[in-house]
Amino acid sequence: MAIESNPTGIPYTLKAKDFATDQDVRWCPGCGDYSILKQVQTTLADLGKLPHETVFVSGIGCSSRFPYYMETYGMHSIHGRAPAFASGLKIANPNLSVWVITGDGDALSIGGNHFMHLLRRNFDLNILLFNNQIYGLTKGQYSPTSEEHKKTPSTPFGSIDHPVNPIALALGCDATFVARTMDRDPKHMKDVLQQADAHRGTSFIEVYQNCNIFNDGAFEIFTEKDTKADTTLILEQGQPLVFGKSGEKGVRLDGFTPQVVDLTADEFTKADLWVHDNADHVKAGILARFFDNPTASPDSLPRPFGVFYRTGRPSYEAQLHEQLDAIMGSMGEGDLDKLIAGGSTWQIN
Amino acid sequence: MVTQAQEKKSVIIKFAGDSGDGMQLTGGLFTDDTAFTGSDLSTFPDFPAEIRAPIGTLAGVSGFQLHFGSQRIFTPGDRFDVLVAMNAAALKSNLKMVKKGGTVIVSEDGFDSKNLRLAKYDETQNPLENNTLEGYEVMKIPVTKMTRESIGDSTLGTKERDRCKNMFVLGFLLWRYSRTLDTTLKFLNAKFKNKPDILDANIKALQAGYNLADTVEFASDRYTVAPAELEKGSYRSINGNDGIVLGLVVASKKLGLPLFYGSYPITPASSILHGLSKHKNFGVRTFQAEDEIAAIASAIGASYGGNLGVTGTSGPGLALKGEAMGLAVMLEMPLVVIDVQRGGPSTGLPTKTEQSDLLQAMYGRNGECPLPIVSCSRPSDCFEAAMEACRIAVQHMTPVVLLSDGYIANGAEPWKYPKASDMPEMKVEFAKQSEDGSQFMPYQRDEKLARPWAIPGTPGLLHRIGGIEKEDVTGNISYDPANHEHMVKTRERKVEMIADYIPAQKIESGHESGDVLLLGWGSTYGVCESVTRSLAEQGFKVGHAHLRYLRPFPANLETMMRGFKTVVIPEINNGQLVKIIRDKFLLPAVPFNKIQGTPIAHEELFEFVLNLVDKG
Repeated sequence: MAIESNPTGIPYTLKAKDFATDQDVRWCPGCGDYSILKQVQTTLADLGKLPHETVFVSGIGCSSRFPYYMETYGMHSIHGRAPAFASGLKIANPNLSVWVITGDGDALSIGGNHFMHLLRRNFDLNILLFNNQIYGLTKGQYSPTSEEHKKTPSTPFGSIDHPVNPIALALGCDATFVARTMDRDPKHMKDVLQQADAHRGTSFIEVYQNCNIFNDGAFEIFTEKDTKADTTLILEQGQPLVFGKSGEKGVRLDGFTPQVVDLTADEFTKADLWVHDNADHVKAGILARFFDNPTASPDSLPRPFGVFYRTGRPSYEAQLHEQLDAIMGSMGEGDLDKLIAGGSTWQIN
Repeated sequence: MVTQAQEKKSVIIKFAGDSGDGMQLTGGLFTDDTAFTGSDLSTFPDFPAEIRAPIGTLAGVSGFQLHFGSQRIFTPGDRFDVLVAMNAAALKSNLKMVKKGGTVIVSEDGFDSKNLRLAKYDETQNPLENNTLEGYEVMKIPVTKMTRESIGDSTLGTKERDRCKNMFVLGFLLWRYSRTLDTTLKFLNAKFKNKPDILDANIKALQAGYNLADTVEFASDRYTVAPAELEKGSYRSINGNDGIVLGLVVASKKLGLPLFYGSYPITPASSILHGLSKHKNFGVRTFQAEDEIAAIASAIGASYGGNLGVTGTSGPGLALKGEAMGLAVMLEMPLVVIDVQRGGPSTGLPTKTEQSDLLQAMYGRNGECPLPIVSCSRPSDCFEAAMEACRIAVQHMTPVVLLSDGYIANGAEPWKYPKASDMPEMKVEFAKQSEDGSQFMPYQRDEKLARPWAIPGTPGLLHRIGGIEKEDVTGNISYDPANHEHMVKTRERKVEMIADYIPAQKIESGHESGDVLLLGWGSTYGVCESVTRSLAEQGFKVGHAHLRYLRPFPANLETMMRGFKTVVIPEINNGQLVKIIRDKFLLPAVPFNKIQGTPIAHEELFEFVLNLVDKG
């Protein structure tokens, strides 16, 4: 729990509601964003974050209204560019806890370029991608994560775009922390948010988020009780990949090929299963490809949730300031008059 | 026999050769030496967009023009006294600009049949052998042969030895203008400190060129140019982009804010990024962003975090930055956006100059989106203009556009530089939590209508900003119709009020009122000044005013303009400032336009104005 001096100098302990603003939340009733907002506010309180050292930066879209509801600093910027604003801010002040809020259109369509460069540079911030597989704010067009053949106002005969796989993309950009969670599992989300906050470098979290107006039920096979156990795979570090209602199914590797196995049959036991190691980039890459419809057949792979991959790499802003300090150390603070005069001068008398 | 050196008042030299011939370096070194003699000078490098166009072709010709003299020099000059042509293509593309009776120095080896063919000369009609050069003083020098001979035995290959040709030519010109080799030797010794073979070859070629007159009879004429009467003080040579670099660094120090420069490489602005990247020991943070949009967005993010956020680009990049500039207007955040203009539209003429982004800077955004515009008029003006842009951005909490152009960016001239300690500190204060504990209002304004600069990390100032219309004072989202109109008008008024915080417009030269006012902005400074001085000397009632502040205009501008019968606005575009002046003042200003990627020539503007003055 955090202690901060209020204007009168009396310390108090922050709760989730202390991170809520007095503005009316204007998302549609039933939107998955509410749950994410709640978990973020709770997590920040639990982590003891100071509101004045926390900044939410967003782009454009439903999710990008998020900063208005957070009693912290916040910037609602322009479409797709939040990573670039956040990058400049982190260079100016590396001590801030910065959270980029974005959506599937914002991050992966108009902002695809910035998304890629943010991840490879590894600024020390957290990026929450609210993936609802649809454009909400512009009323229902398909998004870069929409499934193929999707009928929407802009694709009345079905879309012909192949969807992007955000986790695979992030891994391809050498992101140093890659995770997936969902709006309907607050406990899981909170756990992932805490791990993301603890990670130094860019923490990328894809959040499956339901748009109950334009794409209702897009993720229901992963979130609803009767299907969840068979379609989702909760990744736990050092644990075998087990899923199913009573943990009766597992995933093993046959060479580089993942294979769903029945643990109730005699052929395989838990000891034969793939053990999750989030430090393994190759295996994270295979997990990212668990991307087909898990209900297609009994052999279909489940959709993984949790931390796919994490690794340590110095952040961009830390290296930038190290370089500045080293140069300042070796050259000394610059002399303005010498700088202005430059190399060669002459006098007119 | 060497005869007595003849005195010249001014000389215009054009160095021209293939892109690989090192003409920019030759011109630059000759310019440095010229500056030390106390001449006033102005330069104009002119090079192709292609890094290495096919050798010997017209497309590959690179040129460097230098005008120096014992009088004040305002432009690189119209026609050349001396043309140095390293090959047939260089001769072909430049000969028409040589004065009648002027000197043409050619490297004979650049005129073999292949070079003639590439320059699109008839192979049987070598211009060195027919009447093409009739009426000029022609010096044919076997530069390649003599350079090779001068170097003699060396570990260097033929190709590397031939790269010393430019030093041979430079040596000859230094001799011709009665200079010493000191400055050039100092440069070579420093540059090739760790490459003794290359150093040795360059020095040998330089000295051979210098001694050419001992062996070749025609080369015996020498000239001197007396020092110009310049203001007393310390001088250095400066080009426009370097001037901007220095202005930004000094502004950041005087403001006490770390400088953040976010940029994406683009001609002719890139050298600002290169320059600033060297100055990390002044706390400068440079960020080569993934694109133009990220460049400006990162700068806005840095300003939000309390840095002096600056981004730099050229016309196409400014187009990409438009939406983010609009956000900065809405956020009312300090930001400097530098546009080093080039020929447009689209990719246009990337290495040629133009002043055609003024309307883009003024209006090129969605919505009612006013911001101040400051412009640079010449290389030696860039330092102050850049500092002014920073001052206005920070003190008035607004993005500012700083306009320069390719001609200013690459051109060099002597600069009487200031001492940093003589320049005043510029005041900037971040918002602090109020002592009475009252709630922070992010859009509460001061007497300049500027809002507080409240940076994340400060206790007690939690607030949210963004691109959606703000409620006055609170900064909360507001769709209220009356509030929107009020905010639009307030943002406009804030920018217009800057007129109270900038100096009055002054007349640069000539008369304070009369027949014709030459009203210029940007890189037409030199030609406006030289034309005005010439006409005023001849007794005509002409004045020259040059605008640094294009938005808002100085408060006295209208009165000044109305003191003249005619206001002429020369621009290297199709008439942009003239539109704004006519619109704002309902005044029938007369445009004078040139859109050829080159500066306006003295003689063409002189003739134009002469026709407008009262000759009674």
